[in-house]
Amino acid sequence: MTRPKQALAHSASSAEAAPGTPPGAARGARGRGTPAGAVSWRSRLYRWDMKASPYAFVSPFFVLFAAFTLVPLLYTAWYSLHHVQLSALDHQTWAGLDNYRNLWSSDFFWNALRNTLTIGVISTVPQLLAALGLAHLLNYRLRGSTVWRVVMLTPYATSVAAATLVFTLLYSWDGGMVNWLLHFLGFGPVNWRESDWGSQFAVSSIVIWRWTGYNALIYLAAMQAIPTDLYESAAIDGANRWQQFRHVTVPQLRPTILFTVVVSTIGATQLFGEPLLFGGVSGSKGGSEHQYQTLGLYMYDQGWIIGNLGKASAIAWSMFLILLVIAAINLLLTRRLRKSR
Amino acid sequence: MRTSIRRSQRLMALAAVAALTTGLLAGCAKDSDDDASDGSGGGNGSGKGKITLTIGTFGVFGYKQAGLYDEYMKLHPDISIKENVTTRTDVYWPKVLTRLQAGSGTDDIEAIEIGNITEAVQTQADKFVDLGKEVDKSQWLDWKNAQATTKDGKLIGLGTDIGPMAVCYRKDLFQQAGLPTDRTELAQMWKGDWSKYVDVGKQYMKKAPKGTKFVDSASSVYNAAVGGASERYYDKDGNVVWDRSAGVKKAWDAAMTVATSDMSAKLKQFDPTWDQGFANGTFASVACPAWMIGYIEQKSGDSGKGKWDVAAAPAASNWGGSFLGVPTATRHQKEAVALAKWLTAPEQQAKVFAKQASFPSTPSVYTKLKPQADTTAYFSGAPLTQIFSDSAKTIPSQPLGAKDKPIDNAISDVGILQVEQKGKSPAQGWDAARNEIKDVLGQ
Repeated sequence: MTRPKQALAHSASSAEAAPGTPPGAARGARGRGTPAGAVSWRSRLYRWDMKASPYAFVSPFFVLFAAFTLVPLLYTAWYSLHHVQLSALDHQTWAGLDNYRNLWSSDFFWNALRNTLTIGVISTVPQLLAALGLAHLLNYRLRGSTVWRVVMLTPYATSVAAATLVFTLLYSWDGGMVNWLLHFLGFGPVNWRESDWGSQFAVSSIVIWRWTGYNALIYLAAMQAIPTDLYESAAIDGANRWQQFRHVTVPQLRPTILFTVVVSTIGATQLFGEPLLFGGVSGSKGGSEHQYQTLGLYMYDQGWIIGNLGKASAIAWSMFLILLVIAAINLLLTRRLRKSR
Repeated sequence: MRTSIRRSQRLMALAAVAALTTGLLAGCAKDSDDDASDGSGGGNGSGKGKITLTIGTFGVFGYKQAGLYDEYMKLHPDISIKENVTTRTDVYWPKVLTRLQAGSGTDDIEAIEIGNITEAVQTQADKFVDLGKEVDKSQWLDWKNAQATTKDGKLIGLGTDIGPMAVCYRKDLFQQAGLPTDRTELAQMWKGDWSKYVDVGKQYMKKAPKGTKFVDSASSVYNAAVGGASERYYDKDGNVVWDRSAGVKKAWDAAMTVATSDMSAKLKQFDPTWDQGFANGTFASVACPAWMIGYIEQKSGDSGKGKWDVAAAPAASNWGGSFLGVPTATRHQKEAVALAKWLTAPEQQAKVFAKQASFPSTPSVYTKLKPQADTTAYFSGAPLTQIFSDSAKTIPSQPLGAKDKPIDNAISDVGILQVEQKGKSPAQGWDAARNEIKDVLGQ
């Protein structure tokens, strides 16, 4: 414990021993306790350095954050209160809450919200369950375990565009492999892109395929941190593997599960690339009846295809508010969980 | 215990590395997908006195393929040309719009698609150089110039190609279905109205070869029919009249007959499955503008050689076409205008036609056009030039509006698609299109 302090003191003295060195990174790391004394130019510089340098060091992140996140965020809020067309960005007329009222009474918005929720559930729940199961299997001593782990991660490493293109062909109405399989099993063909549930299922399956391995890997990492003696004592108590999984693994994974749930929920709320590419040429419509148009797609369609930037901004902010609500619910749940422990 | 923690750390590191790499890869993939080479634009001069002109295009314009850039650079050794291609117009156009308004980042020449030209004319006219004074306007078809001309007579874009319509059909399938295969005979059968073409489809379906349909989709019939109406979504004064327009109603009715009968292969144009349809010969005809000729030849492949033929369309109509505009923000206005002028001049348009059958908007070359011998042979020796130029000369001038494209999407991709693929009634489809258009227009 004492070593770091000594090292610090050492570096400090060495810096003082070399006057004229410009204020730099080494000085910022110095401890407190400047000697009080005459306020010379150098000590003033030194004190200024002490106070300002840390801010200077962390500033790159905040400058970038402000330029590329905060300003656009606030600007979008400003846009959402105006009528703005993509073709006339400088010509904004005050709209008040018109855009939001418009959304509130728009079937398209509620439809998109509903789709986002249903696709979110159909994609997230099986995805996390499958990931948990796969992680459990991978946690056993396996021959070539690294190979399996890499294989699990391959879908995640594939680009959305490539994956979706393949899935679109698999799900194509005539000549697609899925319908061929269904035919083989004695079912009629499904118009995957235009049917209500079929299209949502198809989009979800792309999400599941891409993200299951990633989540499995996170679970696996957490599983390997569970002390083995817990399993040993459970085994001594006569618990079989399933009971061990239910009563040891899952409770120990609770924080990890919560983390993946939150991350997947955020991902599901912003779902965009998969349905857009799945839809092909007019993908931003999300099907002829908007049966798989998510909020992200609706925003894109309004903003970039149709050119109603004001309304698109209002959709963006609505999505943001929805995420805040989800975050709040998550916070409550976490507290509840902690208390119950 | 200790080893397990270390292993888990290693796993986490693996995950992190994987995440980072895929992020990078995905970034690359996306870039190459959207912007083949999205340069800084603005036309940076490089070297001593050498000017680099950038030209922003979408899809395949064929200038590079026809060797026009090389030719121009040879003629003007002080100029070098760089083309920034974006594959999809719906990605290309928003980018151009924002850059035009920012006054920076535009290319020295920007291509404008017909679906966006009215928006450009009505909202961006002051961002483009008036090319009317630079060229002899009589070189172009009147209706082509009209599309790029503002109310006060400013010409913001020079016409490149146009899309005069014909009907491409499979002779072998027509014959099996007991229909005539001669192109003039067929043209006579459906002459005058697209609904007559649909009637031929009914006849085809009575004896259709197994696994084939008459036409690729209902919206292709709609599109062809509405492209020849003298009025569609806007009237001359810029009012939205889509639900009162006779042209739309007629085209809609023809499309509804297709959608509610069995004659459509129910494909969506430009989907991979549509391409497969060409390859497998699952539909016997398609309304084809001139630029689709090359597409059909490519997608149908060797199996379709000599089986396709081209007949005159029931009525003259236009689908597609583009313009070249010069943004005022360019630093090399004089050079950019000269290049745009040269690229759209009749001789150059003829060269592009010879390469990839993009049909010129300058009628003076119509008698001199030479399609590739291969292409003519592929389409059973059909007189392509004559069919398309006859159509081009009789296309009516159609008033377009700023939201033409979204309205068109709403009718095709929502209204017609619901009837064709989801079994809705035509009335339900019309209502769905109406709601969609309300949303588009922000009412």
